[in-house]
Amino acid sequence: MLKPSLLSVSILLGLGAAVVSAQSYGVGRSASAEEVAAWDVTIGPEGHELPEGSGTAKDGAQVYEVRCKECHGEEGVGGDHAALIGNPAQLKETPPVKTVGSYWPYATTLFDYTRRAMPFEEPGTLTADQVYAVTAYVLYLNGLVGEDDVLDRESLPQVVMPNREGFVRDPR
Amino acid sequence: MKPRDATRRSFLGTGALAGAAWTACTAPEAEAPAEPDQPSSLGTPVSRYGQRSPYEKAARGVRESQTPEAASSRTPLDQTYGIITPSALHFERHHAGVPEVDPATHKLLIHGLVDRPMAFSVDDIKRLPSVSRVHFVECSGNSGGEWSPAGAPTVALSHGLASCSEWTGVPLRILLEEAGIQPEAKWILAEGADACLMQRSATLEKALEEGLVAYGQNGEAIRPEQGYPMRLILPGWEGNTNVKWLRRIKLTAGPQYVKDETSKYTELMEDGTAWIFTFEMDAKSVITAPSGGHTIDGPGFLEISGLAWSGRGKITQAEVSTDAGQTWAEAELQTPVYSKAFTRFRLPWEWDGSETVLLSRCRDESGYLQPGRAELIEERGRKSAYHCNRIKAWRIAADGSVTNAEA
Ligand code: HEC
Repeated sequence: MLKPSLLSVSILLGLGAAVVSAQSYGVGRSASAEEVAAWDVTIGPEGHELPEGSGTAKDGAQVYEVRCKECHGEEGVGGDHAALIGNPAQLKETPPVKTVGSYWPYATTLFDYTRRAMPFEEPGTLTADQVYAVTAYVLYLNGLVGEDDVLDRESLPQVVMPNREGFVRDPR
Repeated sequence: MKPRDATRRSFLGTGALAGAAWTACTAPEAEAPAEPDQPSSLGTPVSRYGQRSPYEKAARGVRESQTPEAASSRTPLDQTYGIITPSALHFERHHAGVPEVDPATHKLLIHGLVDRPMAFSVDDIKRLPSVSRVHFVECSGNSGGEWSPAGAPTVALSHGLASCSEWTGVPLRILLEEAGIQPEAKWILAEGADACLMQRSATLEKALEEGLVAYGQNGEAIRPEQGYPMRLILPGWEGNTNVKWLRRIKLTAGPQYVKDETSKYTELMEDGTAWIFTFEMDAKSVITAPSGGHTIDGPGFLEISGLAWSGRGKITQAEVSTDAGQTWAEAELQTPVYSKAFTRFRLPWEWDGSETVLLSRCRDESGYLQPGRAELIEERGRKSAYHCNRIKAWRIAADGSVTNAEA
């Protein structure tokens, strides 16, 4: 477990925090690049990690029809689950309406969340092209991209969400 | 065991008398069983895994949901004692159901801004130096109903999305240092092995100071509903950041703005802006006994008891008012008081049988005092759904029934 050299130092100095700091235990194994790549689905707001692939709102309408509509409603409203359409003026209503269009600061979040968590009962089953397409469709319904605009790893992070500047760090 | 042997019962003179009295005041049946002074038969044998008494019915509160996998269940705080929540009653909030994770194949991947990406098996993690710490976990939506003046009718409904356990595991610092933290790393992204791969960002500072990769809960393996085989514990931070079924931690320069830290778990203000990364849970207290739904069985002595907790450290004071807030009495805190943990408070009370309102409030070691509803709304407005920690009031009617009192 403990490497002998460290063990003796530890005994000499007592197990103080300084002694057992960096890389001392030799427990665990290094992870291969492939192993990391297979699991690293994180997509940050700059979108550097976005995968290959592309789609338009027109393609996305079909994905939405088959995979999303039953829960999120015709054109993103009126379903049993979260409405996906709105604008920031609705944040001042009572009660406020918080949706992708009214509230979300980054379009990359919509791609990331749809890819790993939707459709609710079959998460992780959409191809990258389908996720780009249905993301484009939801953004199109919100008036944020055109029907034929191609979304891909270059263009998606360029979409400026209406509430992009709406968040402030916790002032408490 | 309840022997129903009539011969034996009549033989036991006093037992028969007591039985008769019991029959007279309660039962329509002619022959009521008497409790014998000594059981006349043996009890059940030893067993491999204990069960609670069949008389005990405490259960998590579950509401009907179209999507019970993306739902919550609530701890019946008025039916737990002391500061530890039984693991089977720990609240749940899942977004994609409880996954079945095999500990033999589970791994925790640490990568991103590190010198060496690393993978740890459950066995690896259990070899490393461990600590045990008592901490609450609270959904930041807990007490969300208390934003309204009405408030919820029972303590399970109003405050049951909080629970407290002894968590055992490895300080996250050890795992991160094994991988070698690069200087540009300032945040982590934690991911679970549930169907939605639940993700949250947290600061590297918090991860290093207090982060725990826990595999033990109250002396046994963490329950599946709580993240088996391992979960992240970020003491005092909103429940959702304590990622369950932890399988991946990525060190990053900034936060990722995932769905559950933008669309959800952000505080919308009246002017339309929203607070983001509202990690710390403010100090909160609630009286659990007596509380909504209880009936006090007549005037006389009654211990008032409740729970207080804060994401900013130890609870230093809990006060109770038995006259609707006109005067406050200092309640006794159960010791030891742990940091960022449930703290049990108790106050002896003599109820004179008249209608009144009970309140509690607490202070933590940062000096913060739990606010009333008006003060909280003055600071936050009415548009936030999370982080409601206002004072909760229970009305006691002359007939002893306890209900929510409007704030
Ligand atoms: C079976 C019902 C169902 C289907 C089908 C479904 N969703 Fe969802 N969706 C949900 C539920 C339930 C949630 C909330 C999950 C949670 O609690 O975290 C949700 C949440 C969302 C959200 C977050 C909304 C917000 O404002 O926080 C988005 C975006 C979304 N879904 C997009 C989609 C897309 C795109 C599809 C199709 C590819 C889809 N959903 C298919 C049920 C569904």
